[in-house]
Amino acid sequence: MSTATKTFEHVGTRPIRHDGLDKVTGRANYGADYALPGMLHGYVVRSPHAHARIVSIDTSAAEAMAGVKAVVTGSDIPKTNAKLVMGEAALDLGAMGDNALAHDKALYEGHAVAAVAATSPEIASAAAEAIRVVYEPLQPVMNVDQALAPDALILHDGMVTKGRPKPDAPTRTNVALRMELTRGDLDKGFAGADVVIERTFTTPMVHQGYIEPHACVARWGEDGQVVVWTSTQGHFVVRDCCAGILGIDAARIKVIPSEIGGGFGGKIPVYLEPVAIALARKAHRPVKLVMSREDVFRASGPTSGTKIRVKLGAKKDGSFVAASASLYYEAGAYAGSPAGAGAMCAIAAYDIPNFLVEAYDIVVNRPKVAAYRAPGAPAAAFAVESVVDEVARRLGKDPIELRLQNAVREGDQAAYGPEFGPIGLREVLEAARCHPHWKAPLVPQPGRKVGRGVACGFWFNAGLNSSATVSLSADGSANVVTGNPDIGGTRVAQALMVSEELGIPVERVRPIVADTDSIGYNDVTGGSRVCYATGMAVIEAARDAQAQLRARAAKIWDVPVEQVGWERGRAIALNGASGREPLTVSELAAKLMHTGGPIIGSATVNAPMAGPAFGAHICDLEVDEDTGVSRVVRYTVVQDVGKAVHPSYVEGQMQGGASQGIGWALNEEYVYDAEGHLQNPGFLDYRMPVASDLPMIDTVIIEVANPLHPYGVRGVGEVPIVPPLAAVANAMHDATRVRFTALPLSPPRVLAALKQRG
Amino acid sequence: MTVHVRTTINAEPQEFLCEPGETLLEALRSRLGLTGTKEGCATGDCGACSVLLDGRLVPACLVLAAEVSGREVLTVEGVATGDTLHPVQQKFLEHAALQCGVCTPGFVVAAKALLDHNDDPTEEQVRYWLAGNLCRCTGYDKIVRAVLDAAADMRGVTV
Ligand code: FES
Ligand code: FES
Repeated sequence: MSTATKTFEHVGTRPIRHDGLDKVTGRANYGADYALPGMLHGYVVRSPHAHARIVSIDTSAAEAMAGVKAVVTGSDIPKTNAKLVMGEAALDLGAMGDNALAHDKALYEGHAVAAVAATSPEIASAAAEAIRVVYEPLQPVMNVDQALAPDALILHDGMVTKGRPKPDAPTRTNVALRMELTRGDLDKGFAGADVVIERTFTTPMVHQGYIEPHACVARWGEDGQVVVWTSTQGHFVVRDCCAGILGIDAARIKVIPSEIGGGFGGKIPVYLEPVAIALARKAHRPVKLVMSREDVFRASGPTSGTKIRVKLGAKKDGSFVAASASLYYEAGAYAGSPAGAGAMCAIAAYDIPNFLVEAYDIVVNRPKVAAYRAPGAPAAAFAVESVVDEVARRLGKDPIELRLQNAVREGDQAAYGPEFGPIGLREVLEAARCHPHWKAPLVPQPGRKVGRGVACGFWFNAGLNSSATVSLSADGSANVVTGNPDIGGTRVAQALMVSEELGIPVERVRPIVADTDSIGYNDVTGGSRVCYATGMAVIEAARDAQAQLRARAAKIWDVPVEQVGWERGRAIALNGASGREPLTVSELAAKLMHTGGPIIGSATVNAPMAGPAFGAHICDLEVDEDTGVSRVVRYTVVQDVGKAVHPSYVEGQMQGGASQGIGWALNEEYVYDAEGHLQNPGFLDYRMPVASDLPMIDTVIIEVANPLHPYGVRGVGEVPIVPPLAAVANAMHDATRVRFTALPLSPPRVLAALKQRG
Repeated sequence: MTVHVRTTINAEPQEFLCEPGETLLEALRSRLGLTGTKEGCATGDCGACSVLLDGRLVPACLVLAAEVSGREVLTVEGVATGDTLHPVQQKFLEHAALQCGVCTPGFVVAAKALLDHNDDPTEEQVRYWLAGNLCRCTGYDKIVRAVLDAAADMRGVTV
């Protein structure tokens, strides 16, 4: 289905990605694959306590060991108040530095407190054992309820609640931020409702689960120039964070991104890089640091566990009249949960005249959360979409009809503020309603129950800043260079854009991700922004090259440039210059050095806005009522992506996001004991979906063009993780008649609820 | 004490010294420069380190380097023949069965092992065979399709 009117020649095709060959043959280099001559191996010492004051650290025994070349602690990372602006948000470099190596307190189990560099990994880990850290253990604060208790221990002395704290809020607090969105008259709204449903939901802390652990190599040169090889979603942000944390000029740091083995938001912050730089500086040798899988679980950034209360009022005819919601998100050890984004997304799909949504960002003794695909939105959608499902049942309405009836449309003011431009929610819902999946009968296997659920999801998408260059070779091939690590096929999409603009076949366009010294600034690969914003820079760079090619044609033809047009990759003569045969890019390129020299098209974009997007998922779930084991047996993802540049990778994002959401719904969770020790820091006990857990995942791409992008692109990566939590839970309700308000729907929880239901 | 290992890797004779407790994964990556085999967990739970040992699929992180003495190891680097990709590799590219690609070497080796002894697997057989390989990016849909298509290709049929 497409409302885009532009026709394309290359965009929308499915060529083989340029970086694919290296990946299927094992040649591609990821973070841990780099080695330098003389390189040392680092090891990070981590706190065994969830909450403790660091009394002293004695590194002398470690330093005296043969083969140990450097030891660092928090005292090697300056304390700072610096912030790094990233779009609307700002990264707190002080917290990031303290997270990389604790200064005064260990704030979660696994918090880095020291690090060593030695000539072998074995010596490094033995030296780490020899470091004596004296802790004064404190009571850990493990969840929202404990953090908000009147007698709660305070994680950070001096924390004040930013945003809009309640007037009666305590002054000593673990609440870093409170925000609210409000419209209309809540009491009047609810008074006019025929049905009001109010429930409180919880979701566990979960991890992005990228397969590649964090890894980097850092070299400190005698001249103070630093080089870092690392696996990251944004090497410019790594550069700027390390510069800010360590107090060195950004221009002194060059960051070379490796291929990245998954990130989903989790590879935006720096953990190892400042430590590796500090070690390399002391040791005068390059240092490699690699996290173990356990380190990744304990000490990189998962996403928030949440507690969310939702109340929704509707009239008999189905129209929503009022909503209120309170969202409490665990930030982990430092401020910065996505509670605010969760609040902004919570009811974004619906036109509700009266509402109050409030959100709390709460610090607890868990790892500092990082972004995870549409950060904040999935938990909020789980709560709201479960309640919407319940309203539909109460009113005897089809759940898709009810959503359509209340769906926002172009011109509506979003609950989070701005007026929606063209959006595809209705198209998405209508496509879901027409899909064979929605109409197919449910056929339970013997001994099982089966149910169907549907849910919507919303994400803003991001724009931000990007740079790109397109350079032409004399044989008519081209390079396109950007600075965004390619996490899922963005290079081939960028090459397609150059093909579209210049008419060069995609296999003759080489897309490259360059290091921080070799291309202008690019914000992170995140916010579903690469195909959109960096794509925009690529298109503009290609158009810049195209304008230069037209000027060359004008020179060859000896006509004014106004008389040269561009069509299907060729310069064509316009009126006044007619009679001249069109010149292809190859023909023009062959003459480059005689018509004025090399051609490089370049562009930078600053895209404050993006194209918001919606999706709807349909889930069929089969439940074994004797064991509580459930299984997704059919799944369909419908999403408005604006324009699919390479449809295979668009589908891949939709399928991958859905399966992460299914894992979140059914099995994944951080399990802590009362002392704050993580019980399942490995893939055996942190149960992510495997191939035999899932069916094929059907995709329906909707294309409601985003007017902000030359091809209509919105971005795709994040929306698909928003609906699954609720889609699965709604299917579970359909199968069992039990409304689950806590995730995951793991067999013991399901079994217990079924027993209670009787 | 170091161990002297004589073995065959990707059809080439190889000799190296290693520590007695060193895993095959560490030896491949650090001593032999064969970094195509990835480490995702080092506990046998992710399949990123999949290799064939005498034709059997094993996680290299759970095999000691010293154990491969006198045996044959095949890593992802040895799956293609010269410039010709194995059908699994070719179909992974055509089906866009990789996103970040860090799981891909493990899947390529594991899928090759399946097709070596069963060139006509069902979707269910593919899914269960590959259940030891984690992919967090794709949701497995395109991976399963690529493997089924590679099998068809090897049988000489087109689907
Ligand atoms: S690294 Fe061997 S199975 Fe994960
Ligand atoms: S493609 Fe990223 S883990 Fe499989």
